[in-house]
Amino acid sequence: MDKGKAVMGTGRRWAIEFSDQSTVPSSRDILDPPGFSRASQEQDDSANSRQKKDAEANWKLQKAWEVAQSPFKNLMMMGFMMWMAGNTVHLFSIGITFSALWQPISALQSVGKIFEPFKDNKVELLMPKLVFLALNLGGLALGVWKLNTLGLLPTHASDWVSSLPPPQEVEHSGGGFVFH
Amino acid sequence: MAIRVFLLLLLFLSSAIVSFSLYEDQAGLADWHQRYIGKVKHAVFHTQKTGRKRVIVSTEENVVASLDLRHGEIFWRHVLGTKDAIDGVGIALGKYVITLSSEGSTLRAWNLPDGQMVWETALSSAHHSKSLLSVPINLKVDKDYPITVFGGGYLHAVSAIDGEVLWEKDFTAEGFEVQRVLQPLGSTVIYVLGFVNLSEAVVYQIDSKIGEVVAQKSMVFPGGFSGEISSVSSDKVVVLDSKKSILVTIGFIDGDISFQKTPVSDLVENSGNAEILSPLLSNMLAVKVNKRTIFVKVGGEGKLEVVDSLSDETAMSDSLPVADDQEAFASVHHEGSKIHLMVKLVNELDNVLLRETIQMDQHRGRVHKVFMNNYIRTDRSNGFRALIVMEDHSLLLLQQGAIVWSREEGLASVTDVTTAELPVEKDGVSVAKVEHTLFEWLKGHVLKLKGSLLLASPEDVVAIQELRVKSSGKNKLTRDHNGFRKLILALTRAGKLFALHTGDGRIVWSMLLKSQACERPNGISLYQWQVPHHHAMDKNPSVLVVGRCGSDSSAPGVLSFVDVYTGKKITSSDIGHSVVQVLPLPFTDSTEQRLHLIADTVGHVHLYPKTSEALSIFQREFQNIYWYTVGADDGIIRGHVMKSSCSGETADEYCFTTRELWTVVFPSESEKIISTLTRKPNEVVHTQAKVNTDQDLLYKYVSRNLLFVATVSPKGAGEIGSVTPEESSLVVYLIDTITGRILHRLSHQGCQGPVHAVFSENWVVYHYFNLRAHKYEVTVVEIYDQSRAENKNVWKLILGKHNLTAPITSYSRPEVFTKSQSYFFAQSVKTIAVTSTAKGITSKQLLIGTIGDQILALDKRFVDPRRTLNPSQAEKEEGIIPLTDSLPIIPQSYVTHSHRVEGLKGIVTAPSKLESTTHVFAYGVDLFYTRLAPSKTYDSLTDDFSYALLLITIVALVAAIYITWALSEKKELSEKWR
Repeated sequence: MDKGKAVMGTGRRWAIEFSDQSTVPSSRDILDPPGFSRASQEQDDSANSRQKKDAEANWKLQKAWEVAQSPFKNLMMMGFMMWMAGNTVHLFSIGITFSALWQPISALQSVGKIFEPFKDNKVELLMPKLVFLALNLGGLALGVWKLNTLGLLPTHASDWVSSLPPPQEVEHSGGGFVFH
Repeated sequence: MAIRVFLLLLLFLSSAIVSFSLYEDQAGLADWHQRYIGKVKHAVFHTQKTGRKRVIVSTEENVVASLDLRHGEIFWRHVLGTKDAIDGVGIALGKYVITLSSEGSTLRAWNLPDGQMVWETALSSAHHSKSLLSVPINLKVDKDYPITVFGGGYLHAVSAIDGEVLWEKDFTAEGFEVQRVLQPLGSTVIYVLGFVNLSEAVVYQIDSKIGEVVAQKSMVFPGGFSGEISSVSSDKVVVLDSKKSILVTIGFIDGDISFQKTPVSDLVENSGNAEILSPLLSNMLAVKVNKRTIFVKVGGEGKLEVVDSLSDETAMSDSLPVADDQEAFASVHHEGSKIHLMVKLVNELDNVLLRETIQMDQHRGRVHKVFMNNYIRTDRSNGFRALIVMEDHSLLLLQQGAIVWSREEGLASVTDVTTAELPVEKDGVSVAKVEHTLFEWLKGHVLKLKGSLLLASPEDVVAIQELRVKSSGKNKLTRDHNGFRKLILALTRAGKLFALHTGDGRIVWSMLLKSQACERPNGISLYQWQVPHHHAMDKNPSVLVVGRCGSDSSAPGVLSFVDVYTGKKITSSDIGHSVVQVLPLPFTDSTEQRLHLIADTVGHVHLYPKTSEALSIFQREFQNIYWYTVGADDGIIRGHVMKSSCSGETADEYCFTTRELWTVVFPSESEKIISTLTRKPNEVVHTQAKVNTDQDLLYKYVSRNLLFVATVSPKGAGEIGSVTPEESSLVVYLIDTITGRILHRLSHQGCQGPVHAVFSENWVVYHYFNLRAHKYEVTVVEIYDQSRAENKNVWKLILGKHNLTAPITSYSRPEVFTKSQSYFFAQSVKTIAVTSTAKGITSKQLLIGTIGDQILALDKRFVDPRRTLNPSQAEKEEGIIPLTDSLPIIPQSYVTHSHRVEGLKGIVTAPSKLESTTHVFAYGVDLFYTRLAPSKTYDSLTDDFSYALLLITIVALVAAIYITWALSEKKELSEKWR
């Protein structure tokens, strides 16, 4: 499809521009209509664009905040899912827990990428980024906590001794009833 | 963590499946069952013209069985109780098998064709005496000749039809011993011959109709009798005098007793003590004298005359009438690797009716018994067949110069069992014969697929079953990856070692013990001598068979080393000292031969193998080797320690003296040792920690030096119910065998033995009878180490700053505590064993040999002291079962499913290489083998996993992917052209 578009793009040989955006009176001999002031339009235009830029920056900031706060919803959702999954080890709870661990980790890895579209000189992205990081770390913590409640973290003494073989004995003894 | 996940998964799996069970079509896939009867004592042929030819036998294992004479298969079989020894067997009325058992107090009739019991009569019995059964040969089928039975001091006449006692005669007079009950053919008089105080012969004549004494005669013989007696005809017997040097012929024609003395020296020159042999020959007797067997003919007036003489090792049958009033008997003697069977007429010993020479396996030993039977050939001449019992207890039928069939009856009396590996499959060793071709493999899988898709026809189902039984080369003679193929080495009472294949139970090799010192040593026990696995791979593994010359405990021992792969004896040595105990040590030398200590009666121990390397290993551990003995008679357990090398002229450097270190004395008036038990020395324990529900940690007290001892009050040592609950109590002890310290003592008031126990890891489970509750009980005792309980700091454990794996000594006086719980159990028990796996991770099952000769698998979870009435949620998740007063018997968890291991004596378990699976071998009169997976086979796919289905699914998926890809390409192309 892209290929087709490209072909059509390059296939354009000529074009007519209907709108005239030049600010100076045209080289053509046609005068501006009476009451038409090119200057005012010019003024308007510059004010407009500044406004627009401000709006865009605001919008970007807003969006960045939205993105930064999005893990919170996720967090709530995860919490609910975890509560639903219960504290026993089975396929469902393990799946939920691992996705709860994986999502924040992948999100943390791609922080820069996520905030890329909102990059602007005028936009202060540090706070949203920090919030995003904090929320994701919260999510991670939730996942780890879940892992622990499932008993899958080696936090007990039993986790470290359960593979210890019984100690060797120094003395050896044998015997019993005599053979008859 | 991985282990934790694994364990949790395991727990989950094991809790999901409460009981082990088997589908109908899985029976016989991994298990096999072999039926035996034991060493034959009596045999009665039944060869009617109509009907199948069969022989009725009774055996030393108290089995009465009917065997097919053509193939040796068992038609039917009854295993009587262990105390119900069979004294005689006969056929009455041509349709009933009569057996006399329990020292002449029980008479039973079994239906000949199908073995159903027709009647049973309990006969009165006053005291221990000879038991004699005589079943009259019926001339007319419709007429009921009574069976005469002597036993327990009474003579009974019993109707063969319904077992009714027609009359009973009391012979319980003091000092009177009945020796023979004779009834001349067709006569109504029964002669009862007995001795009073072995010096006076008494003959009673009894009317067989009413049981009244018609006449009684007695006569004193001045020399006295020895009790050995042989009846040569219906009115004559021959007895040896008390010095065993004079043969006395006692005639009692018409009630008049006459003695005729013939000194043995008159018959044979330079005679020593004589011995009358058991075969019944008409007008003749066989006497063993000067290591030869002589035949003595008894003349009309009691005159004795030697007619033939044979070598000592001759076995003879009773004589049996052949045509024209002649009697014939069979004799078998050895010559090299051959045996000669001869049938001769009793009256003319030169007239040999049959002479056959048969090649005989050396490992069957000598012929012990011969039973002869004749039949009329098509050309109206006499044919003979002989049933012979060999020294290894095997039973063979000889006919027309060949062995028609043989039965390895030695396997009915297995005394010790161990397992051994098969050889590793090497390149160049052709085992391809068992392997399938690719086509067969595919065909098999297609069949299986059909089965799993429910498309199989009945023929296919049969084919599938057959395929599964023969499947996957399970009968190959090489080691397999899972360790399912193994050899079971079984030592029998006859001193023969058998190697059975776990796949189908066939005998791979067998070997009869031999020794220079004595003719035939008794086999005592079996030990793993050499199990090469690391640096001695080129060596074949071998086992040590400990035997003894004679039954006395002071008799010299014999050690035989047997190569497991070939069944050949490597060496055998007469060790010159007695054997009372064998202690396998936990050390091996550079060729992986295990060090063994053998204790003798004088308190010395001898080290084997006798090499300097073994000696240096032993010297290094000299201080740490202990030895204990349990004196069941005096109630003392003694601990010994090695002291020094033996001194004296016969001593060598491998002999050591011992010193008594400690004794545990049980008061003889209140306690009597009835059972002791230790852990299996080769048991593998995976972990020393036991984790409770709330991550609480307990340390198991796992020690090989623990002895479980059960004692009862002397009054309660008898039968169950012979004492009141107040009189009997049962006490169990756990004793450290290094220091003699009693770690735990538990007393059960009002309880009684027998105690059957099993000891594994840190727990003991034992079974006994509760007299108060009138029920059997099972108690579990788990023992934990209190002194290690402080090791609970996670960081110390992570950094390895703990002493949990440091070697421990019993002298450190570990503080222990126990947990125990008791349950009722509905069954009486013969033996208990526990499953054992390669790493000890898999949960355990108790294997309970029940009184019905079946094996019940009971999860260890049912005998867990942590069971409570209302377990918490977490405990439930962990698999703790709510406490009930009795242990459940789930019918599906009988591992023997439809089989019975008649006369069950022991259960042996051995690990396979696959952690989930364990080999189970049960022996008694029958043999049974199966593989068990106590937590299901979590580490492998099941046998019925359909590889074909998997393959087809994969192929279908690949095809589908390809097709959809092609389709999408096509569609895209057409899209572009639009």
